[in-house]
Amino acid sequence: MSMIGDIFLVIGGVVIAIGGLGLLRMPDVYNRLQAGTKTATLGAMSVLLGIGLHHPDWWAKLLVIAGFILFTNPVGSSTIARAARISGVKPWRVESKQETD
Amino acid sequence: MSMTFLELAAVAMLLIGMALSALRLFIGPTTPDRVVAADTLAVITTAGLAGLASLFDNPVYLDVALVYGTLAFVGTVAIARAIEGDRE
Repeated sequence: MSMIGDIFLVIGGVVIAIGGLGLLRMPDVYNRLQAGTKTATLGAMSVLLGIGLHHPDWWAKLLVIAGFILFTNPVGSSTIARAARISGVKPWRVESKQETD
Repeated sequence: MSMTFLELAAVAMLLIGMALSALRLFIGPTTPDRVVAADTLAVITTAGLAGLASLFDNPVYLDVALVYGTLAFVGTVAIARAIEGDRE
């Protein structure tokens, strides 16, 4: 059981590291929002599941934290995307087409 | 307090993700980039605080993680609303 929890912890860590890499490499605010938010949510879920397999008597608080992340992270990311759109950030295009607008 | 190799690898991966997000937070060209990086960093920190609870075998860090997540969400929404309004 502890071994399975360790494997879930490593999976969550790898997903979070890939999300950080995408946050650094993507060309635009909207792409960075996708890369950062989704991978951070999935990685946090996997890490919390791994901790729940290590300590089965903490399941209530871990479930509250997981549900909270699942509710608030999409709301926060859509609020950021809406704010960026309203404040005038243009979506990224290929360089040759960018001079037409 | 003893860690296996897999737990050590998971902690290293979490630290790599936090370092890359913090780099985007420092070099981000516009303000929404920095807000996105701060939001991602807050979620990674919440998961890391839960991992700290498992490492120290002390469930009080789970309460800390929950309160940190709540305050980070409120801060993200507040900054996003402030960015949204400054074009008026």
